[in-house]
Amino acid sequence: MTPILIAQIVLLLFVFFMLLNSAAIMVYVERKVAAMLQQRLGPYLVGPRGLLQPFADVLKLMFKEDLRPTAADAFLFSLAPIISVTAAFAAFAVVPFGAETTFFGLLSHPIPLQVADVNVAVLVIFAIASMGVYGIVLAGWSSNSKYSLLGGLRSSAQMISYELSYGLALAAVLLIGNSLSLTHVVNGQAGYWFHVIPRWYVFVQPVGFAIFMIAGIAETNRAPFDFPEAEQELVAGYHTEYSSMRFAMFFMAEYINMVTVSAVAVDLFLGGWHGPFLPASLGWIWFLVKVGALLFFYVWMRWTLPRYRYDQLMAFGWKILLPIAALNLLATAAGVIHFGA
Amino acid sequence: MVTLNQYLLLSAVLFAIGALGVFVRRNLITILLSIEIMLNAVNLTFVAAGRAFGTADGQIIVFFVMTVAAAEAAVGLAIIIALFRHRESLDPDAFTSLKW
Amino acid sequence: MGPDQILFYVLGGVAVVASLMVIGQRNPIHSVLLLIASFGGLSGLYILLDAPFVAVIQIIIYAGAIMVLFLFVVMLLNVAREDTEQDERVHVQVHRGSMRLGAVLAGLLVVELVWALASAGTLGGTFGPMAGLPAPVTSVHVIGQVLFTRYAFPFEVTSILILVAMVGAVVLARRETPRPAAGADAAGGSEERPAF
Repeated sequence: MTPILIAQIVLLLFVFFMLLNSAAIMVYVERKVAAMLQQRLGPYLVGPRGLLQPFADVLKLMFKEDLRPTAADAFLFSLAPIISVTAAFAAFAVVPFGAETTFFGLLSHPIPLQVADVNVAVLVIFAIASMGVYGIVLAGWSSNSKYSLLGGLRSSAQMISYELSYGLALAAVLLIGNSLSLTHVVNGQAGYWFHVIPRWYVFVQPVGFAIFMIAGIAETNRAPFDFPEAEQELVAGYHTEYSSMRFAMFFMAEYINMVTVSAVAVDLFLGGWHGPFLPASLGWIWFLVKVGALLFFYVWMRWTLPRYRYDQLMAFGWKILLPIAALNLLATAAGVIHFGA
Repeated sequence: MVTLNQYLLLSAVLFAIGALGVFVRRNLITILLSIEIMLNAVNLTFVAAGRAFGTADGQIIVFFVMTVAAAEAAVGLAIIIALFRHRESLDPDAFTSLKW
Repeated sequence: MGPDQILFYVLGGVAVVASLMVIGQRNPIHSVLLLIASFGGLSGLYILLDAPFVAVIQIIIYAGAIMVLFLFVVMLLNVAREDTEQDERVHVQVHRGSMRLGAVLAGLLVVELVWALASAGTLGGTFGPMAGLPAPVTSVHVIGQVLFTRYAFPFEVTSILILVAMVGAVVLARRETPRPAAGADAAGGSEERPAF
C-alpha cells in the first residue's frame, strides 16, 4: 500500500460520503428555499432551525414498509432504483473538483482531486448519464401501473430529446477547450482577460451555457421539466409504486444528478476551481461555492416556474433548443478556425 | 495473451447467435435485436483487426456501422409501429396477406 | 492465464450468454435489457483492444440511444408477453420445420466460420503488452484526423443517410389521418409523440 494508493482510496470514500451528504443537504435546502419563496417557515421542529430534518426523513423512509405491486416484474422492480442511484454516483467519478494537491505535503508528488482521471471524461459522463435513463424507464415499466408507465415513457422521450442539445452544447465547449479531459478544460480557464474578467468559457459560450443548463434541468427531471413525475397529472410518475428505501434511492439519485450536472457545468463553463483571492491549493472552496450557486439556481427555478405542457416541452427541445445548439456549435467551430483555439 | 483468432472466433459465435435469432424467432422486435447482435459481432471484428494492424480504420468503420445501425433501428421501428397499427401483432406471419 | 485473458473470457462470456438469452426471451423488454448487457461486455472488450473511444460511443450510441428507442417502442406498443407465446402455440405447425431449419443453418454458419478461421492459421499474432504489435491508435485526435480527411466523403454521405432515415421514420410512423400534433420522429434514437 503506497501512500498514493491510500490517498486515492480515501478520496474515493470521501467523494462517496459527500455525495450521500449532498443529497441530504439538498433536501433540507430545497425545503427551506421553497418555504422562503412562499413566505413560510419550512421545517423548524427537528433540531435547531430544522437542520436535522433530512435525518428524520431518512429514518422515516427506512422504517416504512417496502411495498411491491403483485403484478410487478419483481426483478426489474428491484433493479430500477439500483440503476438510477449507481449511475448517479458513477458519473461523479470522473469530475475533477480541485487542483492537484499533496494534502499538505503528506504525499511525495501531487495527485489530482478526482476519483478517476480519464482522458475521455466528458464522453464517460455522457455515457453514464444515458444509462441513468434506464432506471426511470424500467421503474415505469416494471411497476405495471398506468401512471408509472406514462412517467417512464415521458422520461425516455424527454431525456433522449434533450440529450442531443446537451451533447451539442458540450461539443462547443470542447472545441474551445481543445480536449476531452475535464482537467484540461478547467486548466484552460485559468487567468484573466484584461486583468478583470476571468477566462471562464461562460463568457465565450453564453448560449452554450444556457443550453447546457436548460438541457441539464430536463435531464435531471426537475421542474419546470419534471414530466416523469408530474404530481398533478401522474400521481408521482415513475415512482408511484415505490416506497421505503427504494423510493429514497430514486430521490437520492435525483439530487446527486443535480450535483453532478452542476459540477460538470462549473468545470466546463465557470472555471472549475479557478477564482480570485484564494491560493490554488484552496481552489476547491471556489468549486463548492460555484456548485452551490448553481444548485440554488436549480431550486429557485423549481419553485418559481410552472410546469410546461408536454407537447410544448417536445416542441421546445426539437424546434428551438436543438437548432440553436447546432448553430452555436457551427459558430463556435467557425470562431475556433478563425481565431485559433 | 489473447490472439486475434480468439476475437474472430468470439465474433463468429456472436454473429451466428444473431443469425439464429433472425431464423428462429417470430417476433419483429427480437428479429431487429438479432440484427443488432450481428452488427456488433462485425464491429468486434473490425476493432480487433484494426488493433492487430495498428490502424485507426477499424475504429472508424465501427463509427459508420453505428450510424447505419441507428438509421436502421429508426426506420425499422417506425415500420413496426406502422405494421402494429394494422394487425395488432408483432408476428411476421401476421403480415402475409400479399402472398395470395 | 494472464489478467487480459481472464478479462477476455469473462467479457466475451457475458456477451455470448446475454446474446443467447436475448433470442431466448419471451418478453421483448427483457430481450432489450439483456442486449444492453451484451453491449456492456463488448464495450469492455473494446477497452481491452485499446479502443476507449469506441467503447464509450458503444455505450452512448448503442446502449444509450438505440436501445432506449427500442425500449420506447416496446413500451409504446405495450406488447403483452402472452402475445408471442400464444402465436407460437397457434402457429406451431407452421414453425416447427422452419425453426429447425433455422437452427441447423445457424449451426452450419458457426461450423463454417470456425473452419475458415482454423484453416487460415494464426492471424496477426497475439495481443497484449508484450506482443510485437504495431502501436495502438487510442487517441481521439488521430481518429478524428483520419475520419475527416481520408473518410470525409463517407462521413458526409452518412449525414444524408441519417437525414433520409429521419424523414423516412417520420413518414412511416405517422398516423393515416394527420392530426395537428401527431407524428413520430425517430432519428438516431429520438421520438416525438403527441402528449400522453
